[in-house]
Amino acid sequence: MDEAQLRSLTPSVLGILVRRGADFAAAEDAVQDALVEAVRVWPDERPRDPKGWLVTVAWRKFLDATRSDTARRRREDLVDEEPAPGPASAVDDTLQLYFLCAHPKLTPSSAVALTLRAVGGLTTRQIAQAYLVPEATMAQRISRAKRTVSETRFDEPGDVATVLRVLYLVFNEGYSGDVDLAAEAIRLTRQLAAAIDHLEVAGLLALMLIHHARRAARTAPDGSLVALAEQDRGRWDTTSIAEGIGILHAALARDRLGEFQAQAAIAALHADAQTAEETDWVQIVEWYDELVRLTDSPVVRLNRAVAVGEADGPRAGLAALAALDDSLPRHAAVAAYLHERDGDLKEAARLYVEAARKAPNLPERDHLTRQAARLNATT
Amino acid sequence: MAKYLLLKHYRGAPAAVNDVPMERWTPDEITAHMQYMRDFADRLEKTGEFVDGQALAPEGTFVRYDGEGRPPVTDGPFAETKDLIAGWMVIDVDTYDRALELAGELSAAPGAGGKPIHEWLEIRPFLGAKPTATE
Repeated sequence: MDEAQLRSLTPSVLGILVRRGADFAAAEDAVQDALVEAVRVWPDERPRDPKGWLVTVAWRKFLDATRSDTARRRREDLVDEEPAPGPASAVDDTLQLYFLCAHPKLTPSSAVALTLRAVGGLTTRQIAQAYLVPEATMAQRISRAKRTVSETRFDEPGDVATVLRVLYLVFNEGYSGDVDLAAEAIRLTRQLAAAIDHLEVAGLLALMLIHHARRAARTAPDGSLVALAEQDRGRWDTTSIAEGIGILHAALARDRLGEFQAQAAIAALHADAQTAEETDWVQIVEWYDELVRLTDSPVVRLNRAVAVGEADGPRAGLAALAALDDSLPRHAAVAAYLHERDGDLKEAARLYVEAARKAPNLPERDHLTRQAARLNATT
Repeated sequence: MAKYLLLKHYRGAPAAVNDVPMERWTPDEITAHMQYMRDFADRLEKTGEFVDGQALAPEGTFVRYDGEGRPPVTDGPFAETKDLIAGWMVIDVDTYDRALELAGELSAAPGAGGKPIHEWLEIRPFLGAKPTATE
C-alpha cells in the first residue's frame, strides 16, 4: 500500500464529494472510511482506477451515513437517484479545498490544521505530533474548524493571498517526528501551482524551494544554528535551488511583482553566491526596497537594515535601524550584529545578551548567547 | 512509578556554587553544557524515565480576575524575591531517591571553567498517583 499515493488522492476525492453537495464534515468522514477500506482491500485486489474506486466507496459511505438519518431520508433518496458523475478533474476540485481550508473565518492555526488534514491528507495523529499537542486536542481543533466552514458555499471565489499565507505558515512550522511540514508545504504549493496560473503562487514555491535547499547546512550536528554566512555551501541542495530560481525567473519575466516573488529574489541572490563574500548585497537592498514598497512591514525594514549594513557599511545599517521601533522582534539581535561589525564589541555583547533574553526559541537563544560569549571571551 | 517535576529557576533559587552567567562562559563551555543536558535527557529516555521537558522564556506575567473586562496584570507577586522558572523536566521514576539522584546529576552540568554549576534544582512530586495494592 502506497501511503503517499493515497494521501495525494485524498483531496481530490474529498473535493468531488463536496462538489456533489456533501457537507464538508460528513464528506471528510466518508473519505476517511473509504481510505480505511482501501488499506484493507487494495493489497489483495488493487483497482485499475484508484481514484474512481475511492470516489465510489466514499460516496457510498456518505450516503449510508446520511441515509441512516431518517429525518432526512427523503432528501437523501433524491440525491441517491442522481446519476453518479465520473471522476472530475482532480485539479479543479482540490483547488476548492485550498480556498475552503484558508477561509477567512478560520484562525490561522485552524486553517493550517484543516489544510494539512483535508488537502494534505495527513492523519490527525500526524498533525498533532507535528504541533506537539495531544491527539484529542488536535481532533477538537479540526472538528471545530470543519464546523466553521461547513456552511460555506463553494461558489464564492477564494482569496489566493489567504491560501498562500496558510501554506507559508505550514512551511515555517518546519518539521518534527515523522512529518516534515516544510516538505509537505512544498508538495501542496506545487499542486496549487499546477492548478492555477498565479505569479505569487510561483513566487512562494520558488521561495520555499530555495529556503528548503539550505536546510541541511542550517544546523550543526549538535542541533545548534549555523548563520547564513558560515554555512557550508557545498551542502546546499543545488537541484532544488536551480528549480526555484527557474520558477522565479519565469514569474519575474511577466512583470507583475508581488511580495513572495520579491522575497524569493532575495533568497535567490543569497543562493547564487559561491561564498558569503560574493553576495550581491547592493541588489539585495534594491529588492528590500521593493518589498518595503509592497508590504510596508516593519520586519521587512529590519531585514533591510541588515542588508544596508552589508552593502554600505555598519554605520549605514545602524542609521536605517535607528528609524525603527526597538520593540520589534530580533531588533536587538540586528543591532548587536551591526555594532560588532562596527567594532563596538562591548555594546555588541550587551545587545546579544538582551537579544538572547527575547529569543523566540531555544536554538536562537543558544546561538545569541554563544555570540555574546564569543565577544566576551575576546575582550 | 511516580512522576516528579524538576524545575530550573532563572531567579529565586539559592545561588549556584559556580555562579557565572552563561554569556561569560567560553563558546566551548556552552557547547559542553548543552551536550551534558542533551545526554542526560537521552539517557533517561532510554531508561524509560523521561516524560517531557521544555524551556521557558524569562518573561512572565501574573493575571487575576478582578471584575468584568479588566484583568489586572502584574509582572510578579513578590517585588523583591521574584522567582522565574527557566525550564522543567518531568521524570517518571521508581522512587523519590532516584528523583533526588537524577536532579543532583543534572545540577552537576558543567559551566564556566568546565566545572559543575552546582545550581539548585527544585523537585516537586505530581499529585494524583494512584495507591496500589502492593504499596
